[in-house]
Amino acid sequence: MDYATSFTPVSALIGGALIGISALMLLALNGRVAGISGIAGQLLAPKSGGRGWRLAFVLGLVAAALLYTLVAGAPQVQIAADTTTLVIAGVLVGIGTQLGSGCTSGHGVCGLSRLSARSLVATISFMAAGIVTVFLVRHVFGG
Amino acid sequence: MRQILSAFAAGLIFGLGLIVSGMINPAKVLNFLDLFGQWDPSLALVMGGALAVGLVGHRFILKMDRPVLAEAFHLPTRSDLDLRLVGGAVLFGVGWGLAGFCPGPAITGAGLGLAPIYVFLAAMLGAMALYRLVMR
Repeated sequence: MDYATSFTPVSALIGGALIGISALMLLALNGRVAGISGIAGQLLAPKSGGRGWRLAFVLGLVAAALLYTLVAGAPQVQIAADTTTLVIAGVLVGIGTQLGSGCTSGHGVCGLSRLSARSLVATISFMAAGIVTVFLVRHVFGG
Repeated sequence: MRQILSAFAAGLIFGLGLIVSGMINPAKVLNFLDLFGQWDPSLALVMGGALAVGLVGHRFILKMDRPVLAEAFHLPTRSDLDLRLVGGAVLFGVGWGLAGFCPGPAITGAGLGLAPIYVFLAAMLGAMALYRLVMR
């Protein structure tokens, strides 16, 4: 079951700008990159320093959902994947982001903002893999 | 303490950005990736908005001697392209394309009380922890 969604350019740009502002804030104030898979991975590593700010950032993310829901109501979240798919996807995202040192935030926003070649290659790679995966799931195997 | 507060504030703004932009909704992510189906280009503008701010801001911030609250900038220093980078990104992209969740929206979504998000999160965080345990 594929949900239809409509093109929302204004909220997309505003949300994107907020993400950019957050990344700049963390860099200018703490000197840190707002790469969420890196932050989560370091928090989960057996021996790791600097847990405090990382935990605070993650709590800030979760608090955003609570605050938004309180003020504006629950945001629209449409999940088509079944439990098996969610588990497989979660494992792939978990391993892939650690192996590839980043995700949409670290490579796609922060890395590209610094004009990092590694991040450009990573972003093109995960975008292409995502597009091919959706094509296969929706138009070749599924429907 | 001030670094903890600034990190919390940055996380809060980041999370609000993910929600306002619609990235929190896996259907929007999957429709963005569905170039040959019901394509929803919104997320291109999320990235565009973030990069427009990021590209301009980085030019100024990286000219600072040091961050406001810390001794030094901690930036990735590697510039080599290797198989781990590309292979990892491809695995991540396949997982992203299967469920429509990447780490930011999944962690932010923990505040929404939706069971499928916890299933994804448990698998993702478990895999990350296992990777960190095995690779160190």
